[in-house]
Amino acid sequence: MELTLTNFLLFMVNCILTNNFIFSRYLGCCPFLGVSSKVETAAGMGFAVTFVMALASLFTYLVYHYVLVPLQLTYLITISFILVIASLVQFVEMFMKKSMPSLYNALGIYLPLITTNCAVLGATILNIDNNYNLLWSVLNGVFGALGFLLAIVLMAGVRERLESSNIPKAFKGFPISLVVAGLMSVAFLGFAGLGKM
Amino acid sequence: MKLRLSTGPHLLDRENTQTLMLDVLIALVPTTAAGIYLFGTKAAWVLAVAVVSAILCEYLFQKLTKRPVRVMDLSAVVTGLILGLNLPAEAPLWMPAIGSAIAIILVKELFGGIGHNFMNPALLARGVLLASWPARMSVYYIPARVLGVTEVVPAGTDVISAATPLIRPGGYQLYDLLLGNIPGTIGEVCKIAILIGFLYMLFVGTIKWHIPVLFVGTVAAMTWIMGGDPLRAVLSGGLLFGAVFMATDYVTNPMLKVGQVIFAIGCGILVGVIRMTKAYPEGVTYAILLMNILTPLIDRWTSRRVYGMVKKHA
Amino acid sequence: MHEKKLTMRGVFVNGIINENPIFRLVLGICPTLAATTSATNGLGMGLAASFVLLGSNIVISLLRNLIPDKVRIPAFIVVISTFVTIVQLLMQAFVPALYDALGLFIPLIVVNCIILARAEAFASRNSLLLSAADGLGMGMGFTIALIIIGSIRELLGSGTIFGTALFGASFEPMLLAVMAPGGFLILGLVLGIVNAITDRINARKGAKV
Repeated sequence: MELTLTNFLLFMVNCILTNNFIFSRYLGCCPFLGVSSKVETAAGMGFAVTFVMALASLFTYLVYHYVLVPLQLTYLITISFILVIASLVQFVEMFMKKSMPSLYNALGIYLPLITTNCAVLGATILNIDNNYNLLWSVLNGVFGALGFLLAIVLMAGVRERLESSNIPKAFKGFPISLVVAGLMSVAFLGFAGLGKM
Repeated sequence: MKLRLSTGPHLLDRENTQTLMLDVLIALVPTTAAGIYLFGTKAAWVLAVAVVSAILCEYLFQKLTKRPVRVMDLSAVVTGLILGLNLPAEAPLWMPAIGSAIAIILVKELFGGIGHNFMNPALLARGVLLASWPARMSVYYIPARVLGVTEVVPAGTDVISAATPLIRPGGYQLYDLLLGNIPGTIGEVCKIAILIGFLYMLFVGTIKWHIPVLFVGTVAAMTWIMGGDPLRAVLSGGLLFGAVFMATDYVTNPMLKVGQVIFAIGCGILVGVIRMTKAYPEGVTYAILLMNILTPLIDRWTSRRVYGMVKKHA
Repeated sequence: MHEKKLTMRGVFVNGIINENPIFRLVLGICPTLAATTSATNGLGMGLAASFVLLGSNIVISLLRNLIPDKVRIPAFIVVISTFVTIVQLLMQAFVPALYDALGLFIPLIVVNCIILARAEAFASRNSLLLSAADGLGMGMGFTIALIIIGSIRELLGSGTIFGTALFGASFEPMLLAVMAPGGFLILGLVLGIVNAITDRINARKGAKV
């Protein structure tokens, strides 16, 4: 894909709205449901994911094209990518703790959870499946994560509102959160035609 | 301090709810009458099934979960009727029945009943029906009552392109659009009837003018900017019906006026964008639903911001 | 930690009923949503995840006294992703159609929280046989849940179960059930209904949850 303004915008809309990681791809549902009871924490999680996903897209691209492909070890993609992501998260955590304590205070507690966020591993594998070059891989990571951020913040907004609601006991917690996600996902169908104008 | 932003407390009061809903029903009378006149008995059946099914679902759910039965507050009647008016007259009768069940149980009662739904129930149900049975939902017959025109859009032709005057600019005269001599859902075609209902609700104070006027105005402005005919854009499809009867739902739009302005303009922008992509014959349903989702966040921001610092965002 | 002595049968049944990973623990939502557009996909994902669960539980139980506590999570991940790679290669070779249908979500078994959770909570603390029983029980519990949800979605969305038509030709499937929103909505409703039934049974027994 050539880098033009149109392509860039379409790609952005496509990643954030049309093929939203949560609402249409089912990637990253665990943190989406687990860390969305407050808007602030949801935003924190979203930003942390964005940060890691951008770096993960970059490093997995390098590992795949400069290590796995030359050595003909591409079948090790899953194991190597998850290790890259796990160590990346670890380094980011240590680095942040030392050099950016304020950022660490804001995002630090979410970092360990990100290793097992399937959106991150999912995005990096999608980059390879779709044959994106380095630039589009990183953009896919960033925009995909921004879509996750949007979804989790919207979710948290609604869930805060539901706190005072008299929800049937059997539906409290996960069931009602899933229903909320489903209803939001219906609304997101409205973006179906976007991103391929 | 914890602000309770969610629900207008007046909506939890049974007496007031009933009066309010009665006013909405009165405002819907012209539209309902026009729909039945234009589309005939088929339309009457669709509306009847939608309303009865909505009442039944609410009654049964409240009985089953051992909650006080509040069918008499008339909100289920309003939801059922608005859903019915959102369907084509040709819809098989199981569609209004399923739609009402979704609207009442999934969107309203599961969240604690009236005042607690975060999306407009009738609209969400319409969104579900539209996604589930796109062919059924997008083929309309042109009502053949007004001015002797008897053109019929054949069912089964290209789902997206056949049906609405949005896709056939210039194909209809302005008076066709105003009187309802165009294909569309039961409630959306007759703009005169919708406007009468709008004026009634303004007069008795059920709604304020901001949301409908800004919503429609934004769509007109966007159409004009993109070189279209603003008047036709406004009079086509479900825009007026949505702006007057669904975007104004107290429960699912922002509490403060500044928030409502953001909400209305956001709806308008989204309609413009979705119409532009032509993925759907109509963007109104999804535009309002998307702004419903954004409403809790708009309430958060606006309750902290100084008035006048309105930011536009889509 | 455990009040009662664990038996293999007890651990196995526990994974299917009392601690069903989907219906009771609510873990592994992503694959549950993505792999339940049909009963067949649900079965395929369930079996693939069961294989990984069984394998990783066995290996981690065997190594439980060798892995230093500090690096246990990375070590678990290496074990799990090895088994995932094996499953990937096997499926690509023998059931390519199913592999394509499940797509991205096969490699993503690595980050399925059920598997890491069982490694951490059970296999790293219990004997080989118990861990194997736990892996099998959890795997079966996961598979059964996926088949149930997959069947509901397939029935509503396509009018079939495991590809067999159940309704006459006049049935008009509800497409939404097999689209993205349908997954969330149906899983949410099923979880709520399972909760309601469990509450009722517990109330009748008069027992604590």
